Amino acid sequence: MRPFKYANASNPAAAIKIVTADPAARFLGGGTNLVDLMKEDVMHPSQLMDVTRLKFSVIEKKANGLSIGGTASNAVTANHDLVRENYPLLSMAILAGASAQIRNMATNAGNLNQRTRCTYFYDANMPCNKREPGTGCGALHGVNKNHAILGWSEKCVATYPSDMAVALAALNAVVQVEGSGNTKRNIPFADFHRLPGEHPEIDNTLKHGELITSIDLPENRLAEKSYYLKVRERSSYAFALISVAAALETNGNRIKDVRIALGGVAHKPWRARIAEQWLRGKEPTQANFRAAASAELKHAKPLGQNKYKVGLAAKAIVRALEGAMQGGTYGAMEADSTTTNQN
Amino acid sequence: MSETGKPISRVDGRMKVSGKATYAAEFNQPNMAYAFPVRATIAKGKIASMDDDIIRKELGVIAVISYKNAYKLKPLDMQAQMKAGAAFLGENLPPLQDNVVHYPGQFVAVVVAETYEQARAAAYKLKVRYTADKAAVDLRTELPKSTKPKMFMGEEAQVNEGKAAGPLAASAKKVDHTYSTPVEHHHPMEPHATVAVWEGTDRLTLYDATQGVGLTSAIAAYFFGLHQENVRVVAPFVGGGFGSKGLWLHTLLVAIAAKAANRPVKLALTRQMMQTNVGHRAATIQRVAMGTDAAGQLNVLRHHTDTYNNLTQFFEPSGKQTLVLYKAPLREVTYNVAHLDRSTPTFMRAPGETPGTFALECAMDEMAYQLKMDPVEFRIKNHTAQDPVKGHDFSSEFLVECYRTGAERFGWASRSMEPRQKRQGKYLVGYGMATATYPGGRSAASVKVLMNNKGNVTVMTASIDIGTGTYTVLAQTAADALGVPVEKIDVKIGDSSLPPAPLAGGSQTTASIHPAALDACVLLRKELVSIAIADPGSKLNGSKPEDIGFANGKLFVKGNEDRSETYLNILNRAKRNEIEACATTLPVSGAGLTVPSALCTPSQTPPEQNSDIKQYAFHSFGAQFAEVWVDEDFGTIRVKRVTSVQDVGRIMNEKTARSQIIGGVIFGIGAALMEATEYDKRWGNPVTRTLADYHVPVHLDVPPIDVHFIGKPDPHISPIGARGIGEIGITGVSAAIANAVFNATGKRLRDLPLTPEKFFES
Repeated sequence: MRPFKYANASNPAAAIKIVTADPAARFLGGGTNLVDLMKEDVMHPSQLMDVTRLKFSVIEKKANGLSIGGTASNAVTANHDLVRENYPLLSMAILAGASAQIRNMATNAGNLNQRTRCTYFYDANMPCNKREPGTGCGALHGVNKNHAILGWSEKCVATYPSDMAVALAALNAVVQVEGSGNTKRNIPFADFHRLPGEHPEIDNTLKHGELITSIDLPENRLAEKSYYLKVRERSSYAFALISVAAALETNGNRIKDVRIALGGVAHKPWRARIAEQWLRGKEPTQANFRAAASAELKHAKPLGQNKYKVGLAAKAIVRALEGAMQGGTYGAMEADSTTTNQN
Repeated sequence: MSETGKPISRVDGRMKVSGKATYAAEFNQPNMAYAFPVRATIAKGKIASMDDDIIRKELGVIAVISYKNAYKLKPLDMQAQMKAGAAFLGENLPPLQDNVVHYPGQFVAVVVAETYEQARAAAYKLKVRYTADKAAVDLRTELPKSTKPKMFMGEEAQVNEGKAAGPLAASAKKVDHTYSTPVEHHHPMEPHATVAVWEGTDRLTLYDATQGVGLTSAIAAYFFGLHQENVRVVAPFVGGGFGSKGLWLHTLLVAIAAKAANRPVKLALTRQMMQTNVGHRAATIQRVAMGTDAAGQLNVLRHHTDTYNNLTQFFEPSGKQTLVLYKAPLREVTYNVAHLDRSTPTFMRAPGETPGTFALECAMDEMAYQLKMDPVEFRIKNHTAQDPVKGHDFSSEFLVECYRTGAERFGWASRSMEPRQKRQGKYLVGYGMATATYPGGRSAASVKVLMNNKGNVTVMTASIDIGTGTYTVLAQTAADALGVPVEKIDVKIGDSSLPPAPLAGGSQTTASIHPAALDACVLLRKELVSIAIADPGSKLNGSKPEDIGFANGKLFVKGNEDRSETYLNILNRAKRNEIEACATTLPVSGAGLTVPSALCTPSQTPPEQNSDIKQYAFHSFGAQFAEVWVDEDFGTIRVKRVTSVQDVGRIMNEKTARSQIIGGVIFGIGAALMEATEYDKRWGNPVTRTLADYHVPVHLDVPPIDVHFIGKPDPHISPIGARGIGEIGITGVSAAIANAVFNATGKRLRDLPLTPEKFFES
């Protein structure tokens, strides 16, 4: 860790101004990822502007949905009554991620800004275009069994690690940001994270100095049929091999609205629009779910060690949609775990 | 009632959970500086240059030490090191003595600064340039160049090479398969750390997270050319070791740093360094073949291991159990060992048996299926009551009882031999089992016992509690041997200035130090008796020593318990503030089993003089049963319950013993399902760098574990009757799980760990 300055922000405009003026300054939320990256010598911010005491931690009803504060903790968000009732998919996804201790510290804005867990990115002695553009991608021909199968480029095959963001992608969330000079804008979630392309060093479309103040969740009729499924190597506290946020609205025996987003497959939460398109208006049968999943994954391009992810993702999509149809429950993220509810 | 065996809680438990137990990194010293190592970024080659002068100007930096300016340690000399008890170095590479790089992550420099953060920041900035050579980084690529070592730890390494082929060909039934296991890391909870304090140039104190204070003291003394009594190593509490806390280079590195800085210096390793600088269990590729007659009697066992080493002679001895288990007229056990430019492999919990029982016990299951015989019955049919190679009886052996009791407790009878017969919702359910075994080790040890005139007893030995319960069980043994409550006993261990004891490795601490503790207590009582019977003021005056009994802090005349006297009265009247006794045990048999010595200095008995090793084979045994649930869509495998029945001799404390077995089983679940360190095949560096990448079981992965002990004392290992228990719990677990996966799904997975992608690739 290199020496850095630390300040506790009390006023958003002043904090944004200071960070905007210094390209090496960073906002600090819970620090559960950024501080690790500093200890690993991957990131070297000149100063940290701690925003956790700004008044952006409110979770409240808005005209057409719910607003969750950027500095509200993941734990508070997941367990908030309004979230549990209206957006159980988000609640399930958050609770499938990290550990209770980390969720207590981590903020919603910080969750969206976390970096990939690709170990080539974390090892400062390895090539990594995301950490050090131009050095190459260590994982492309290296150990890549946990890496992307969709949307990757020769420059980067990393995946985006958040569970929360997979649900937000499915829920059509909108990210509210504030920049210097009191400029405010909103970013539709699909446009927030980006694919690596030629510039894997850029994770998302936030401009330097812009602060996430809240995340808006538009109203929907998906709450009753939502399910977050996470497949991982152990029962808890592991990043997803594959995760699926699935939600449905049916009309009689027809699918009226369907949302499918995948985690663990790409540089951003992957909205499975081909599968959604395929399903809309059809019956919610296992056969249709399978056909939709394979239509989506037809475009998958596995790497040397992750061919297994393609089949796994297809099965996970089917299982998640089935779970949603059965009215996903809290604890559903443990669906891959046989250690609950028995013995 | 006897204290020994009682399931009492750890006597040091309260200190541990309240933060009062002091671990190595917490021994802060006045004027202490901090060291942070710099590690090599190539696998093989030479350091061409480094910008150490620039780094010396960084904020807070006190010293930058590399091969250019490091203190010159005594060179490696195996003969001299053996003589000094300093041979057992984690890797034979005294740090910073030259510019040669042998593996990625090797220490190439160390920065000393006023604060940890300054040392780390400066170390990260230090630019080192290398001339790299082509490195050997992949086992399969290097195997053609492997060699066949003749010896392993004093035993023949290659047994009956080439002799199995004939009997295999002649066998009515046979299996022949290849099993592989990955690199695993120990990752004890407490990272390695050392605080080094020099007094002048000839006295060194090391507060060190070590499994052996005596070992660390001897090695440090050798390399710095000091008298061993001038190198004091202190480790009252150690947060786990599992074989990784022998002496590794950081302990010498921090002593070099403290010498250069002329200040006390602390060095604590990071998790990332624990992946490269404190050993690992090497990967193995094992080919196991066996043949039986038509009735399922084994004719032959063959177990070949391909593995690698670097910088020591150690290699993973995964054929060990195949020399001990099952009655078969012929067994062939061989090794090919390649060289890799990878950090140095070492002992890790049940070295050999952990990967070895995976291969052998899966092959046994495959053989049982071929014979259409129940796997438990197949093992019982081929059980041996003698060491099948040496022909000696086992000192004490109840393996068949382990199988039977385990099968009963587990409900094995409800298992269907045919795979894929049992479902729970979307899961396939399977049962599997395997044999567990580990040698019963024993070494020389000395223990001193002191009783003062306040009735307090202190038990002293340079042993270690690495989380196993040494403090607790020693107090129990002394309490029984003196007839005083456990609360009156203070155990002092973890200090090389105490009477010598073996390192806490090889599951031998209890078997080694308890006979000495018992003898020291006997000697102490004898002295109390002789004071009392000689004292005209004592009710015991004039009695014969053999007529005196003891209980509840008193001596009494047997059959006439009114004639009794407390230890305190005896001491007070004799005007003695305290009395002490020391005993040394040597691992020899019969009457010579313990040799009392006032000098408190054990000398290791050469094996050829160790009469009972010629007569008995010392081994522990057990049976592991596992139920798994498999989600075939995802390839996820969860262990639902485990039954572990263990024959480990006498149980010293039912609670701490059970914890040891539970810990071993959890380790086995990790090995079976998730633990693996992966290396990049181009550069040779570990890609699995932290506990976020190196998965160990979380609470939710740990099912109910039913532990049962046979509990029959071993009459030959010592008068105490306890064999070790630290390692056997892990053995056989991964095989029991893999066999259960076959029973559930019909899929044979022979490459650990059984992560989801393996399920789809098989």
